[in-house]
Amino acid sequence: MVQFTLPKNSKVRTGKTWPKPAGKNVRKFQIYRWTPDDGENPRVDTYFVDMDTCGPMVLDALIKIKNEIDPTLTFRRSCREGICGSCAMNIDGINTLACIYGLDEVKGDVKIYPLPHMPVIRDLIPDLTHFYAQHASIMPWLETKTNRPAKEWRQSIEDRKKLDGLYECVMCASCSTSCPSYWWNGDKYLGPAALLHAYRWIIDSRDEATPERLDALEDPFKLYRCHTIMNCAKTCPKGLNPAKAISEIKKMMVERVV
Amino acid sequence: MRYLTDRKRAVGRGSARSGTQHMWFMHVSSIALAILIPFWVYIFGSALGQGHDQVLATFAKPFPSILTGLVLVVGMRHFAAGAQTMIEDYSHGATRHALVIGAISLSYAVMATGLYALVRIAL
Repeated sequence: MVQFTLPKNSKVRTGKTWPKPAGKNVRKFQIYRWTPDDGENPRVDTYFVDMDTCGPMVLDALIKIKNEIDPTLTFRRSCREGICGSCAMNIDGINTLACIYGLDEVKGDVKIYPLPHMPVIRDLIPDLTHFYAQHASIMPWLETKTNRPAKEWRQSIEDRKKLDGLYECVMCASCSTSCPSYWWNGDKYLGPAALLHAYRWIIDSRDEATPERLDALEDPFKLYRCHTIMNCAKTCPKGLNPAKAISEIKKMMVERVV
Repeated sequence: MRYLTDRKRAVGRGSARSGTQHMWFMHVSSIALAILIPFWVYIFGSALGQGHDQVLATFAKPFPSILTGLVLVVGMRHFAAGAQTMIEDYSHGATRHALVIGAISLSYAVMATGLYALVRIAL
């Protein structure tokens, strides 16, 4: 059955409270901490950051904490401008990218957790191995059967426009980890991100593997576990709508049988 | 511990090549029930509180009895398909199989009982 409570060794306890710096503009951060090294339960540490010397984004605060307060705090980050998708985490209850989420968008204390319902490697780093393997399983590349053209696979402006709202996905996993269907059946259900990418290749006018792609998706779990809950569209930090892409795949499936 | 590659774990046993008919059936039966249920509730409501003979007379008429039969068949089939999806969402393994069998059996039992009663009343 679905687990509605955390297992004993995952129950989060109160962690260390770090010293509060002097200053009027100080903000409280509560951050999930866990390391596989000590065998302890996860904890939530409390940090205080002087906002007068901190950048405007959540990632700025995390980097400041790591650099100036606690070098053991672990998180992924790279581009710091919403392109790489590395710094996806749960901030104030919302799955988003720390680099483009402003601290002014959070009311009160800033609570930061790893992406929900994923195995944690350490602190704010989830294990995305299965998520990436699911993405690979939808064959995220151009599949063609016609002989390769002399120059390039041509595409009309209208057909290229169909890829807008799809190709921008940075695979941050915010959508999939916000989806209850993915929480309960993530082993089989492909999740919003992989399905958005699947639709991106199905709808590509140059791709010639549409029947095979639809065949591979037609499954009660891989595709039809989506119940249009729409958490994916609500949380996507890039403003994309995976639920719409999934419904478009479902429409194509129906057109094949009715 | 199983030494499977990440890709093999993600692909699993591949596609079952089903699910579309299930979704289409749920859409069609939803529309049918959206039309049937208000009529049936009106007829059931108007019979509610009347004497035994009057209730029997109401459901012996062709339109109320056919409507009730449709509500039973379409409604219970819709329930079975919906309950199956819900059970698949929240349970796994042998529990899932047992609950799916139970929900489907229950729906057909309710359907058969209702149709038997309806036949007894209408004919």
